[in-house]
Amino acid sequence: MATTMDQDAAGGPLKTADGTPLKRKLAQAMFVSRMRALGLVAPLLAFVLAAFILPVIIFMFRGIYDDTYASRMPNTPALLAEWDGVSEPTEEMYAALVKDLIHARETKEIGRVATRVNREFSGARSTFTRSARRAQRLEAPFKEALIGVNDRWADIQLWQGMKVAAQSLTPAFYAAALDHKYTGTGEIIAQDEERQIHVRLFLRTLEISFVVTLATLLLGYPIAYLLATLPLRTSNLLLILVLLPFWTSILVRTTAWIAMLQSQGVLNDMLVFIGIAPDDARWSMIYNKTGTLIAMTHILLPFMILPLYSVMKTIPPSYVRAAKSLGATNWTTFWRVYFPNTIPGIGAGALLVFILAIGYYITPALVGGENGQMISNFIDFHMRRSLNWSLAAALGGTLLIFVLFLYWLYDRIVGIDNMKLG
Amino acid sequence: MKLWIAIGAASAMALAGAAKAEDLTVVSWGGAYTKSQVEAYHKPFTAETGKTIVSEDYNGGLAEIKAQVEAGNVKWDLVDVELSDAVRACDEGLAETIDKSILPAGADGTPAASDFIAGTNDVECAVPTIIWSTIYAYDSSKMSDGPKSIADFFDLEKFPGKRGLRKSPKANLEMALMADGVAADEVYDVLGTSEGVDRAFAKLDSIKSEVVWWEAGAQPPQLLADGEVAMTTAYNGRIFNAVAAEDKPFNIVWDGQVWDLDLWIIPKGAPNKQAALDFVAFSTATEQLAGQASWISYGPARKSSVDLIGDYATKPGLAMGPQMPTAPANFENALQNDFEFWADNQDELNERFNTWLAN
Amino acid sequence: MQLDAASAEAIETPADGRSPDFVVFDQVQKSYDGETLVVKNLNLSIGQGEFLTMLGPSGSGKTTCLMMLAGFETATHGEITLNGRPINNIPPHKRGIGMVFQTYALFPHMTVAENLAFPLEVRKLSKADVEAKVKRALDMVQMGDGQFAGRRPAQLSGGQQQRVALARALVFEPELVLMDEPLGALDKQLREHMQYEIKHIHESLGVTVVYVTHDQSEALTMSDRVAVFNDGVIQQLEAPDGLYERPMNSFVAQFIGENNKLSGRVDSIANGVAEVTLDDGEKVSALAINVSQAGERTLLSVRPERVEIDPDESTVAHTVDGLVEEVIYLGDHIRTRMKVAGDDQFIVKTRNRLGARKFSPGEKVRVGWATEDCRALDWLEG
Repeated sequence: MATTMDQDAAGGPLKTADGTPLKRKLAQAMFVSRMRALGLVAPLLAFVLAAFILPVIIFMFRGIYDDTYASRMPNTPALLAEWDGVSEPTEEMYAALVKDLIHARETKEIGRVATRVNREFSGARSTFTRSARRAQRLEAPFKEALIGVNDRWADIQLWQGMKVAAQSLTPAFYAAALDHKYTGTGEIIAQDEERQIHVRLFLRTLEISFVVTLATLLLGYPIAYLLATLPLRTSNLLLILVLLPFWTSILVRTTAWIAMLQSQGVLNDMLVFIGIAPDDARWSMIYNKTGTLIAMTHILLPFMILPLYSVMKTIPPSYVRAAKSLGATNWTTFWRVYFPNTIPGIGAGALLVFILAIGYYITPALVGGENGQMISNFIDFHMRRSLNWSLAAALGGTLLIFVLFLYWLYDRIVGIDNMKLG
Repeated sequence: MKLWIAIGAASAMALAGAAKAEDLTVVSWGGAYTKSQVEAYHKPFTAETGKTIVSEDYNGGLAEIKAQVEAGNVKWDLVDVELSDAVRACDEGLAETIDKSILPAGADGTPAASDFIAGTNDVECAVPTIIWSTIYAYDSSKMSDGPKSIADFFDLEKFPGKRGLRKSPKANLEMALMADGVAADEVYDVLGTSEGVDRAFAKLDSIKSEVVWWEAGAQPPQLLADGEVAMTTAYNGRIFNAVAAEDKPFNIVWDGQVWDLDLWIIPKGAPNKQAALDFVAFSTATEQLAGQASWISYGPARKSSVDLIGDYATKPGLAMGPQMPTAPANFENALQNDFEFWADNQDELNERFNTWLAN
Repeated sequence: MQLDAASAEAIETPADGRSPDFVVFDQVQKSYDGETLVVKNLNLSIGQGEFLTMLGPSGSGKTTCLMMLAGFETATHGEITLNGRPINNIPPHKRGIGMVFQTYALFPHMTVAENLAFPLEVRKLSKADVEAKVKRALDMVQMGDGQFAGRRPAQLSGGQQQRVALARALVFEPELVLMDEPLGALDKQLREHMQYEIKHIHESLGVTVVYVTHDQSEALTMSDRVAVFNDGVIQQLEAPDGLYERPMNSFVAQFIGENNKLSGRVDSIANGVAEVTLDDGEKVSALAINVSQAGERTLLSVRPERVEIDPDESTVAHTVDGLVEEVIYLGDHIRTRMKVAGDDQFIVKTRNRLGARKFSPGEKVRVGWATEDCRALDWLEG
């Protein structure tokens, strides 16, 4: 003890009674409790890592890496990489291609290669598979021989498509996700106007998500206020009504909206009965953007109400009373005192609804019609139908980057620690 | 102690379940379609071989097969797929090659190679079972003098009202060209040119404002029944089902039908490959295919089956023969979906179609 | 002691001509459920510039009265006037009444200065005026040294928040300020300090204050008059000294300060003095305050510091037997608990002066008091 005091006086590092430096001792003590805490979360952490984060990262990697061509065609990739993408393909390249076609047919991988090149150049699939069937019998000079089999081999655009496909690490899919084309010459140019769909869809996804967020806020705010201010028994009953939709599947709720909103549906029948809508020109409220907006707003409403409610519940009624006693009218009281205190709930609810909305897909798929589709419907399409998983990964990655950007923006403007989920 | 016994018992049961694994897992589309396969294929197969079959449903597409094959954990032995998916599964190496010599000759002795309808048995890793068709239908109780031709579907003046179309370029572009006067056997040649594509989209443009788009096969009969559309394209089996089982007053217009196939594929690395091959040979024999046609109005892929088609299984007296897409009266102006064309062009045409939709 | 008598009791007429009826409750009743009355027929006049405290246990109706005055509750019956004007139908924000809440109710999203500026901004004062008044108000509560104005309420201690709340209720110069147990959340020392501060501010501003508390020492320290509430009724309305020394009924005697109660029966009443036989048979005389006839049960009230132990018989009216049970040393005085007339909670407080006698438990003594210090009050069960 005395020595420790001496050292303190001398300005040396603090030590515990047994002489170990205090910092190290503290670190040891902390280490044990930290390990114990880690042990508790380890199973969940391992699960999330293995079942979610890792697959997501691996899948995202597909958006920039695709070795379908390079790993199955041993001879052409090197030559294609050297080729400038503009000049006439050489006999050497044709010869290598024939060797690769024979190889790929033997390994039964020609279909995959053909499908990959077809994504860059429509028609390449049949050109590849048919030529591969006859490649065994071709003789030099291979250029003329191949063109003899299929005159598409003279099309430099096919070769440019092959050059792109042969490059495993590629910006092609992200370019495609943003309606651009990565060309064989290394440029990124705009996609044909009549095929530009993704940017439009991203924008529409944002628009729908924004409108849905706004609509849930406008509809949910008064309900949350009512819930927070009514006597407990009444408000609990109301809360159950708010949560009721969670007990039925999203599919059922969406289908219910179809029955409500379709042109021979309940709402239109009512409108015709009242005389607002003429029978031969019923309102189209479903299978379009309106339908998507209505159904999504309904389904996402609880996600806005609950955070708002939990925040409003914590606002003491004395704030409102104080403001009124200080001379504020009802509106001023609301706008300057009550409303600012609900901002954390608005932030949480809006972020929750927006992020859920941006990835929504079942509802728009069912009631979206032609102009109510969102980007997730296309991710689904490329996952399940076209099997273009790389493009799906690029679209998903773009969406993810965008959501992270919004999150960052939110943090800058509102502050993430300002958010209250309950 | 009790808990451990319970856990032990449960895991023993789980193990037993795994050990007694089904002899064959067959995956199909569910509903009336799977029922027709169970009645016509599965039950006779089990009766003959003693092998049990587990029937699973899926929603089409190759995503699950691709995931299973890539993960090296294939659980399905046999999958019923559309032609385009069969071709793609072959191309992508997701399906086993099937030696066509295992297929039995027809009941009338015709060798299998010539018994299957031309153009149906050309995919090396798939064997066709049925022919289904995209047709269009209308509610005869609302239109006494209904449409007759594919051109009528696109004629809003003569037949006003909403139209139902599948939200996909497939079949729509072909029908548009046929309605615009292109002969069935020239449709894909025209569609192969960019002018042809423009022409098809221009024809679709003429009814775009009146179109209600559907995605699932169950939707079109519902749209018709609800009066949401005056006429809609649909899968012929769905409309037949609404007419035969629910007595709906729907009429099918066969003119300009676009027919397609469903086929068996065996996912690469299927656990019971030999049994699956046996099942493929068994189920695509003349009698089995003819038997299936009693349960659902899809045409058998074998010519030798046609004469054996009987009555609707649950409604004796309703002959199934005239309900087949392949019945001579229905088959006059019919177009086979060209999988090769679509395999080559679907990326481009899908993007174009979706852009067109969004405009 | 009932209301009419209480309000009839004279308050000193203000010399400066300020209204003695600045706030008037006229036959006010309040019920929440339509079955029971929380406030029963309240009549009360509060003079301008007065510091009036509503004191009572929880549920006595005092807070309800305050809320009716502020406008957050409506009177079920009766009329409330402010400066001669009926205010029953005036919404709270038009009443111009400042209010301090128990929970402070400072707006957490505004700084101290913004909180104070709020009532001025809603009154559309010019920016310069707002700044000047905010500064003056902060100076008044001794928080004007500049470091506080920019802080959020959450960055202040409880006492500082209370000062800000006080400043905010005063900054728009209301003529009436209501305070609802404003010191309830503070620790004892700070609470006492703030009591003086509020009292000084009241004196220097001349504002009328209606103060609600359940803490009797707070009420006695600060008020001009105290209205003791119980069961929806004002039990007594008086200045602090009167309240303590001249309780008019047993509730007030027991609620305000420490009290010895002795139960007995009235033998006779003459000239305002009642002869009472205690339950153990001893006879004493007491001022007949709240008894009317012989034979009535009564509670006698004697303050502990007015009792003497083994007194000089000439200075007290009479003495009774006492048995010392417990002696507690408290520094400046000594509390002796003893058994008197069957009641073992009889307390005697003696000053700890030089040569004061020390007692020990078990000792038998005589205790006595003057007749004027013993009040015969109404019988109260329990």
